[in-house]
Amino acid sequence: MKRKISFTLNGSPVVVETDAARRAVDVLREDLGLTGTKEGCGSGECGACSILVDDVVKLSCIMTAAQLEGRRIVTIEGVGQDGELHPVQRSFVERGAIQCGFCTPGMVIAAVGFLKENPDPTREEIRAGLSGNICRCTGYEKIIDAVEDAAAKLRGGGSGG
Amino acid sequence: MADVHVPSSLDEVFRLLSDEPSATLFAGGTDVMVRSSPDMRERGPFLCLERVEELRGIHGSATEVRIGAATTLSEVIASPVIADLFPLLREALRHVGAPAVRNMGTLGGNICTASPAGDSLPPLYILGAEVELRSLKGRRRMPIDAFITGPGRTQLEEGEVLCAVVIGKEQGFNFHHFEKVGQRKAMAISVASLAFGAETRRDGTIVKARCAFGSVAPTVFTSRLLNDTFAGNTLNTAVLDRAVAIIREGVSPISDIRASMEYRRQVAGNLVMRLEGAGKDR
Repeated sequence: MKRKISFTLNGSPVVVETDAARRAVDVLREDLGLTGTKEGCGSGECGACSILVDDVVKLSCIMTAAQLEGRRIVTIEGVGQDGELHPVQRSFVERGAIQCGFCTPGMVIAAVGFLKENPDPTREEIRAGLSGNICRCTGYEKIIDAVEDAAAKLRGGGSGG
Repeated sequence: MADVHVPSSLDEVFRLLSDEPSATLFAGGTDVMVRSSPDMRERGPFLCLERVEELRGIHGSATEVRIGAATTLSEVIASPVIADLFPLLREALRHVGAPAVRNMGTLGGNICTASPAGDSLPPLYILGAEVELRSLKGRRRMPIDAFITGPGRTQLEEGEVLCAVVIGKEQGFNFHHFEKVGQRKAMAISVASLAFGAETRRDGTIVKARCAFGSVAPTVFTSRLLNDTFAGNTLNTAVLDRAVAIIREGVSPISDIRASMEYRRQVAGNLVMRLEGAGKDR
């Protein structure tokens, strides 16, 4: 059933008229043109579709459009601010944590959400924090390096976060 | 396409349910949204419980703790009350999926899905948890082992909603243990899991113990004979050998894509062997 759904997307209010049972990932990609959020497995197992919902990491492929109503949604397109990369994104670039790039948006979102909860993690905690995000290229070590590096940047009182 | 209602009060839930008794209820969506076929998505309707105020949060009374059914697994894990009173439950929930799944999935959802592999279930059986069910006809409470009747089957009736899980504060366990065997550490469905709670003396002698296994039977496997085997003994080799025999005899696992029946039976016994020497000096 078509419905008007209002929420905040990357800091701006949006209204979409769509079927309530459509998946959030499809609304974001197809209706709003934000194709940074990827669909990998489509069943909540790979983390590629991760978004922040009121600052909490959730999976947009197993979320309905109706559940977006009234929420504050941040996708990979809204992580950085004023044309600047978020410290997590910068660390991913600097530490070579990206190869094919398909998992990267979900990985960055998961890392941003995780570092809000745990600003000074051990490597083991980073592994657990990103354990729902699958990467088939990097072997993860450089991703963990990047998150460790980003944590230090964020703790250093730099921009973003 | 189907409609999805996201009510914020229980009154609204019951009103929607009386208009559309066939609605599919869900909270986090981590099971229902994965299982629902395109056809189901066409027909609906769906009723999402994630914002129902009465179903959220953890509240304690003098004798009990009430966990709202739509409280997410992450919220249960983060609760100081749960960490203090029911560390066994917390430990088991930490093994469910990965952070985003735990941020969405709820305790009530894990119970209503009634999967033989539901990781919250073995600890809830050990803690003697009860479920609170409400409908327009009233409310009722029953022990979790009576509520779950088979794989994916519960006593939940049409028009009824699982509102809360209630656990007695006084458990008397000073030793607890949870271990899950899966194909990997994260995002794994249990191949076999063990929850164990015991009251032990300083020398490790067990006063009383409760054992519950996941993924090795149609519902959680418990056995009075097994629990009684531990009483009055330490967790020594002879006692554990007896326990292993009872477990391997009692479980009724299936073979599926994750593991064979034989492997599950073997692992269920092995999980208990790892308790050897535990529970002393506490």
